[in-house]
Amino acid sequence: MNPQFAAGARVQVKNNRPETLMRLHLRTPHYVRGRQGTVLRALGRFPNPEDLAFNRPAPEKMLYHVLFEQQPVWNEGEAGDTLLVELFEHWLEPVEG
Amino acid sequence: MAAREPSAAHVVLLEKLIGALTAKGILTEAEIAAKKSATEKASPETGARMVARAWTNPEFRARLLADGTAAAEEFGISLAGNPPLGVLEDTPALHHLVVCTLCSCYPRVVLGFPPHWYKSTAYRARAVRDPRGVLAEWGTMIPAGTQIRVVDSTADYRWMVLPVRPEGTEGWSEDQLAALLGAEELVGVALPKVARAQAA
Repeated sequence: MNPQFAAGARVQVKNNRPETLMRLHLRTPHYVRGRQGTVLRALGRFPNPEDLAFNRPAPEKMLYHVLFEQQPVWNEGEAGDTLLVELFEHWLEPVEG
Repeated sequence: MAAREPSAAHVVLLEKLIGALTAKGILTEAEIAAKKSATEKASPETGARMVARAWTNPEFRARLLADGTAAAEEFGISLAGNPPLGVLEDTPALHHLVVCTLCSCYPRVVLGFPPHWYKSTAYRARAVRDPRGVLAEWGTMIPAGTQIRVVDSTADYRWMVLPVRPEGTEGWSEDQLAALLGAEELVGVALPKVARAQAA
């Protein structure tokens, strides 16, 4: 399957807390949940670690490098400084133009 | 820091686990020995040699940036069973800093065991929030015109930095250049310094 998001796409990280419902090996840091960023590139497909770590069936999910600006995330920092985070496709939603 | 003696209970547990894995044909004793040997041999010298070659060989540099895993394999490092390696290219305008906020993901195949500070909650929490402050404590001053990109190693890749080749190293051999590089330079908490190699 091809990546849903192309390089340059604006995305929003879902502001979900699935860890309150079940045991998951989550790789989505809290500091980017609900935040908007830009897809730098797709990194390839990997078995979903949320399930893999608990020995459940773990279908492959597309992983992306998503770039966030520092200041909106932390309300501090130098303009132009960024955070680059690996995030899985099922955590990302498109942001309308 | 001296390693603690493993407890007798842990040794028994490990022996039982290895026994079960080999009995089920999931692993052989030889595979476990090979993995242990590769893990113990891994050190920042490998990453340093890769960066030194990239500084002197534009074709290798392009291959390293396009596919770090394949580039490591050119150095005889097998990444079979390991996460893929990505390489982050510093420029005069952009400095990368690698952290794993969720645990301690680290490019072990090319850098060896992570240093204790890399695993500390202080580094993991502060590197993403105040990278310039953390770097200043290392004595690493990033000019205001250089953007910092903190790379949070959250998932299935492992990341190494390709720093900018320092001035004053024109004509140096790969060995001389590799001596400028350790774990700190290869995850971006320090910049390669020419004085370091000259003093050596």
